[in-house]
Amino acid sequence: MKDEKYIELITLPGMVKLDEIPVLDYGGFSELVLGLLSLESNHCLNYFVVPFPGKYKFICCIGCDERKSVRVFSHEQERNEKLILPSLSCNHFPLHIFEREIHENFGIDFSGHPWLKPVRYPIDRHDKNRIMDNYPFYTIGGEELHEVGVGPIHAGVIEPGHFRFICNGEKVLHLEIQLGYQHRGVENLFVQNEHGVKKAVLAESIAGDTATGHAVCHAALMETLGSMAVSGTLSLERTIALELERIAVHIGDTAALCTDIAYQFGQVVCEALRTVVINTTQSWCGNRFGKGLIRAGGTHYPLTPEIAGAIRKNLEEVRERYNQITGRIFSMSSVLSRFEGTGKVTRYQASLIGAVGMAARSSGLKRDIRWSHPSPAYGQLNYDPVVINRGDVWARAKIRVLEVEKSMEMVFQFLDLLDGKSENTLPVYKSDLMPDAFAIALTEGWRGEICHCAVTDEKGKIIHYKVKDPSLHNWMALAIAVRGQEISDFPLCNKSYNLSYCGNDL
Amino acid sequence: MFLDEFIIYKRHGRQSVPDLRSVELTPLFRGRPVISADITTEETLKVAGLCPTGAISSAPCSIDLRKCVFCKECQFALPGKIAFTNDYKMAVNSKEDLIIHTGQDHPLTLDPGKIRKEIRSLFRHALKLRQVSAGGDNSCEMELNAAGNVNFDMGRYGIEFVASPRHADGIVITGPITSNMAEALQICYDAVPDPKIVILAGTDAISGGVFAGSPALDRKFLEKYPVDLYVPGNPVHPLTFINGVMDLMGIPKG
Repeated sequence: MKDEKYIELITLPGMVKLDEIPVLDYGGFSELVLGLLSLESNHCLNYFVVPFPGKYKFICCIGCDERKSVRVFSHEQERNEKLILPSLSCNHFPLHIFEREIHENFGIDFSGHPWLKPVRYPIDRHDKNRIMDNYPFYTIGGEELHEVGVGPIHAGVIEPGHFRFICNGEKVLHLEIQLGYQHRGVENLFVQNEHGVKKAVLAESIAGDTATGHAVCHAALMETLGSMAVSGTLSLERTIALELERIAVHIGDTAALCTDIAYQFGQVVCEALRTVVINTTQSWCGNRFGKGLIRAGGTHYPLTPEIAGAIRKNLEEVRERYNQITGRIFSMSSVLSRFEGTGKVTRYQASLIGAVGMAARSSGLKRDIRWSHPSPAYGQLNYDPVVINRGDVWARAKIRVLEVEKSMEMVFQFLDLLDGKSENTLPVYKSDLMPDAFAIALTEGWRGEICHCAVTDEKGKIIHYKVKDPSLHNWMALAIAVRGQEISDFPLCNKSYNLSYCGNDL
Repeated sequence: MFLDEFIIYKRHGRQSVPDLRSVELTPLFRGRPVISADITTEETLKVAGLCPTGAISSAPCSIDLRKCVFCKECQFALPGKIAFTNDYKMAVNSKEDLIIHTGQDHPLTLDPGKIRKEIRSLFRHALKLRQVSAGGDNSCEMELNAAGNVNFDMGRYGIEFVASPRHADGIVITGPITSNMAEALQICYDAVPDPKIVILAGTDAISGGVFAGSPALDRKFLEKYPVDLYVPGNPVHPLTFINGVMDLMGIPKG
């Protein structure tokens, strides 16, 4: 094992002793990363720094679709104010966001990085002189051009973020997105709070619209570090909750897309259907977003046969009515003329920026944790994701319709597999976790891959917690999508991605 | 073609909740809690240690809904002694009223003496609000959007969210108020014409919730201005919000 360049985790969520992660020199590390990532079936799940006294440990996790595994390896550097490393982003652009994050947090310079800009202005950032007010926006000179600044507060009831457009007339030449307004210090709170319930509630609040997704990922991580076994029943119940979340958000987004093109009929019908789905979740666990449902080791809310019956009945009703309205939406020329060709991101661009989840799949890139790294529940179904090659707003609207159908089918299959059984183990809030360990968990939330990693010390206390929301990658897709578009199509493009601000800002 | 629309329309039917005051939510909904009068000190200390936000005080036992994230762990640990009812009417204008004492089981209401006179006279028939998310996790924001949707339709009472603070009569804050958002919140508040109201929606906004104490927050804004309505919840349920605002405006019934 000592001679290996990486350690391969076959079962996920995975755990490894910290000292079993191979430590390479930076040259060997670069060669290995770039070698692995030259295959499209591999992609970087996470690359981050764990600070130790006197040294920085850079941990890199590469997901391998073919082997359904995660390869983990690292390099270490002395803690030094003026540490400079040659950037790997020049050779493999998707790494850009990880290097930016590391640079912002620790001040480590990546020479040759094309875009070493702030990610979220965290409270413990290295350079306190970098403040929200002096973000280094890209500028283009010329009398013909003008800039448009939007936000942080937007017209609707949504989260804050700042968008800076450079336009030539109505046409957008460039969009730069400045985030960080939502930064609450989530990762630090995971380290400071040893309180198990608090960590679970915190996980649900990373992005409240993906409460189930993040909670499932966090619970899986805690179970791995706490050596807790999860029954097949619990795994199935969680997966049903995840799919219900996906169905609800996708239907809500269909409504919102209709709003943005002023098709009110489509909007109100889909809004009402979303209500049915989230109220179904509420009748299961008392919360419309599934908060409180997912806990490590067990659950307070077993999926009883009555609730299973209600889910089946409601979904059948919603399925029929959603098919009716989307059939109508996608046959109207006035809808199609706004959706088709708008905000196009090509497959090449999507792979270049490292898009994940729905944003990748609507541009023809097959990225789906349910397929590439399936949990036991998904593994039973031979799930194959929906992929659309067009990359425009139409594709991002259509993929929602197709995924709702697919998710409903899956929920019905999962309910069949449950066959009236329900989980009867209660949650376990463990504080004695595996000491000196590194653990990683992956979940496909409705936006895309969610990755939580944790590192523990010799007493089994968490000393580093890393959250990655899919939005971290996908915000760049939105910036690319609006290039060359009318600025008036920005709201439509934005909604078609519906990315998370707080998931990025943490 | 229009036949399709007609078929969908017929199937869609009337979606709005007829009376927003008398909806009965699922019994599992986590609303106003009730603490049994015979809860012992040992029991209280046990659940106080379990509470993720320190919302439970001992001697005598109380649950502070300013801090409560409605996870219901205390009820699971002490069934029969603590019970979260499905009463969603939890909005108040006096924050001390959010502390639930042992044996207390009556609906939470607004203190009429504390409602500024101009609020009702000016805004009763049309209240335009500007929402500011300051670290909100997007669940409260989605529920506030839902308050105006086809089901809850608070627009029927003239209550509406608007885009510009210049058009607004007040602001609704969600989220624990991050340092990075503090300035924008102040600018937005200043841009709202007087007289104006402030509503805190969700536990995160009221106390910081699970984020309380994080150095990334800056809650000084709340020390400067009076708050007209506190709406607890994680997230706030649309009915909690709408009923609270209707009470504040003095709107009697549907």
